[in-house]
Amino acid sequence: MTNEVILQVKDLRTYFTVDEGLVKAVDGVSFDLHKGETLGIVGESGSGKSVTNLSIINLIPMPPGKIAGGQVLFHGKDLLTLPQAEIRQIRGNKISMIFQDPMTSLNPFLKVSTQMIETIVLHQKLDKDAAKQKAIEMLKLAGIPAPEKRIDQYPHQFSGGMRQRVMIAMSLSCNPEILIADEPTSALDVTIQAQILEIMQELTKRLGTAVILITHSLGVVAGMCDTLCVMYAGRIVERGPTDVIFENPKHPYTQGLIRSVPRLDMENSQRLYSIQGQPPNVIDLPDCCPFYPRCEKAMDICKKKYPTTANFEQGRAVSCWLYSGAKDE
Amino acid sequence: MNKTDLLLDVRNLKMHFPVKSGFLSKEKNYIYAVDGVDFSIKRGETLGLVGESGCGKSTTARAISQLYKPTGGEVFLKGKDLMKASASELMEARKNMQMVFQDPYASLNPRMTSGDIIAEPIRIFQKRGLVNMGKDATNERVEQLMERVGLSRFFKNRYPHEFSGGQRQRIGIARALALQPELILCDEPVSALDVSIQSQILNLFKDLQQEFGLTYLFIAHDLAVIKYISDRVAVMYLGLIVEISGAKDLYKNPKHPYTQALLSAAPIPDPKVEAQRRRIILTGDVPSPDKQRPGCYFYDRCSKRMDVCKVQRPKLKETEDGHQVACFLYHKPE
Repeated sequence: MTNEVILQVKDLRTYFTVDEGLVKAVDGVSFDLHKGETLGIVGESGSGKSVTNLSIINLIPMPPGKIAGGQVLFHGKDLLTLPQAEIRQIRGNKISMIFQDPMTSLNPFLKVSTQMIETIVLHQKLDKDAAKQKAIEMLKLAGIPAPEKRIDQYPHQFSGGMRQRVMIAMSLSCNPEILIADEPTSALDVTIQAQILEIMQELTKRLGTAVILITHSLGVVAGMCDTLCVMYAGRIVERGPTDVIFENPKHPYTQGLIRSVPRLDMENSQRLYSIQGQPPNVIDLPDCCPFYPRCEKAMDICKKKYPTTANFEQGRAVSCWLYSGAKDE
Repeated sequence: MNKTDLLLDVRNLKMHFPVKSGFLSKEKNYIYAVDGVDFSIKRGETLGLVGESGCGKSTTARAISQLYKPTGGEVFLKGKDLMKASASELMEARKNMQMVFQDPYASLNPRMTSGDIIAEPIRIFQKRGLVNMGKDATNERVEQLMERVGLSRFFKNRYPHEFSGGQRQRIGIARALALQPELILCDEPVSALDVSIQSQILNLFKDLQQEFGLTYLFIAHDLAVIKYISDRVAVMYLGLIVEISGAKDLYKNPKHPYTQALLSAAPIPDPKVEAQRRRIILTGDVPSPDKQRPGCYFYDRCSKRMDVCKVQRPKLKETEDGHQVACFLYHKPE
C-alpha cells in the first residue's frame, strides 16, 4: 500500500425514485482508495454498499436511479460524467468487478473461453490465440486444475467455488488497477470461502491491484482489509484502518456490530449483545441520524440533525454527535 | 444415560432420493442425501448440526419430522418410533415437534395475516380434536405469543410483506410455539438475517428455551452461531456425521480432520487474531453424494488420509474424552 490515491469518491449521492417516495440509497459517501490497498465496506442489507460501487462504475439503472451529486475521480477523470464510450474503456479493463452470484454473472450459453477471450481481445489488443493463452494462464493462477481442458467448458460444468475462481481469473485478466468485489464469497461454504479469499489476496497482491471488498461479514473484513468503511442507511458512519477500528470502535453502531457477532475463539457463556430495533426504512429518511432510534447513547441533537464528520489521527473519521458535537455547537 | 431423558433418538437414519436416469436404463440412481445418521437429543438440550451446503443437514431435519418419508432407520420421539406411526399417531407427535425454517419470506403464506399464520396450527389441531381451545382462547394465545417473541399485538392483522426479515422470523417462531411443543427443529433460522438482527433472534431462542424448557435441533452453517447456541454439536459431511461432542470441547479440541479444517476456515472478526492464524485450506470441492463409497467420505480432501481410509468406512465411535469421532486416526479399523 502506497500513498498514491487512485480513486477518490467525493460526496457521492445516488437516489432512486420509487412509488413510495425517494430512496437515498447512497447519501454523501466519500473515501479514498490508495494503490494496492484493500478497502472493506461493511454494512447490513440495504445500507448502500452495492449501490456505492455500482455508482463508481456507472452501472446504476437510470431511471429509477439518479446520481444526485458528487464525484468519482479516477486518475483525475470524473467517472460519473464520462461518456459511455470512454467508461467502457475503463470498465472491465482498469476497474473490474466480481459479483456475489457467479452463476448469474457468467453467461450460461457461452463457453468460459469465449467469455474470457472477449474481454481480453477487447481491452488488450491481443489476437484470439494469444488471448486464449492469457486466459488459460489466468485460470491456472486462480487455481483451476487442467485449465487447458476446463476453459472450453460451460459455466454449469463448474461448481460454485470454481465459478467464482473463473470470475476472479476473468476480472484480473486485464491487469486492472482496481478490483471491486461485491460479496464475492457470501454464496459459498466456509471451506470454499477460505480458498477463494486466499486466491484473491494472493493474486491482487502479486499484481498490485487495489481492492474494494463489499461484505456483511466482519470476519472476512478482519482477515482481508487494510482499511474499513462502515455503512449505515446510505452513509459511511465510521472509516479508518481495520485493526484500529476493531480494537477501538468509536461509532455506537460499529461498537454494537462488533459486539453482536458470536465469536469462535472465545468462551461465550454470557449473553450475546444485540442492537435493539430494526434497520431503518430508507424511504424518505428525515435529516437526523438514522441510527438514533437504536442507539444507546442517543442525545437530543441526534433527532434533529445529521452529525458532522469528526476526523481523528490515522485517517479515522466518525459521523456521530458524541465526537463532533462539542466542536460545532 | 437415563432412557427417559432422551427426547429424540435417531438411529441409522437414511434418506435416499431417486434421480431420473435414462428412459431405457434399468439402473436406478440415487442421491444419498443422508446415509446412516445416529444421534440423540436429551430433554432441554440444544444439539447443533453443522456442515456445508449439500451435506444433508436440512434433509435430516425434514426426515425426522417425517416431511420426507425416510428410506430407512428409526426416529424415536419420546420413545415412539415415528417411522412406524400411523397417520393419527404422527399427527399427535407433530404437536410435540415443530419447525422453524430458514427463509422467512418463503415459509409464511403471503395471503394470511400474521395472526392467522400463528393461529393456524392451533386451528388445525382443534379441528381434529387434538387441542381444546376456543376462538377467544386462541386469539389470546396468539397475542401472548406475539408479545413474547417481540412483536406488538397490534400487528396481528398485518401481512408478511409488511414485516422486515427479522420480524418475519419472529412470526415463524411464534407459529412454532403455538402448540407448546417440546422439540423445535430449527433449519438455519438465522442465516438469512443481518448481523444485528441475528443476535436478537439467537437471544430470543435462548430465552424461550429457558422459559418453556424447549429442546432444539439447531441447524446452521455458521460455526460461531452453533457454538453460541448449542450444548452439543454434530458435524456432518456428505450425509454422515463425522464428529459429535460437547460444544466447548469441540471448538477447543476438534478431532476429525474435517472439523479441524472447518474451524480453521471460519473467519474470526478480529484482525489481530486473523493475522496470526494458520489455515488448513482444503483442496477441492465437496463431492456429489450420488454414490455410496466404500471408504471414508472425506478421503479425497483429507490431509491425514491413510490407505485403510480408502477401503473401509470408519464408524462413529467414542474416544476416551467423550468425543464421538468417525476417523481411523482415533480408533483401529476392524
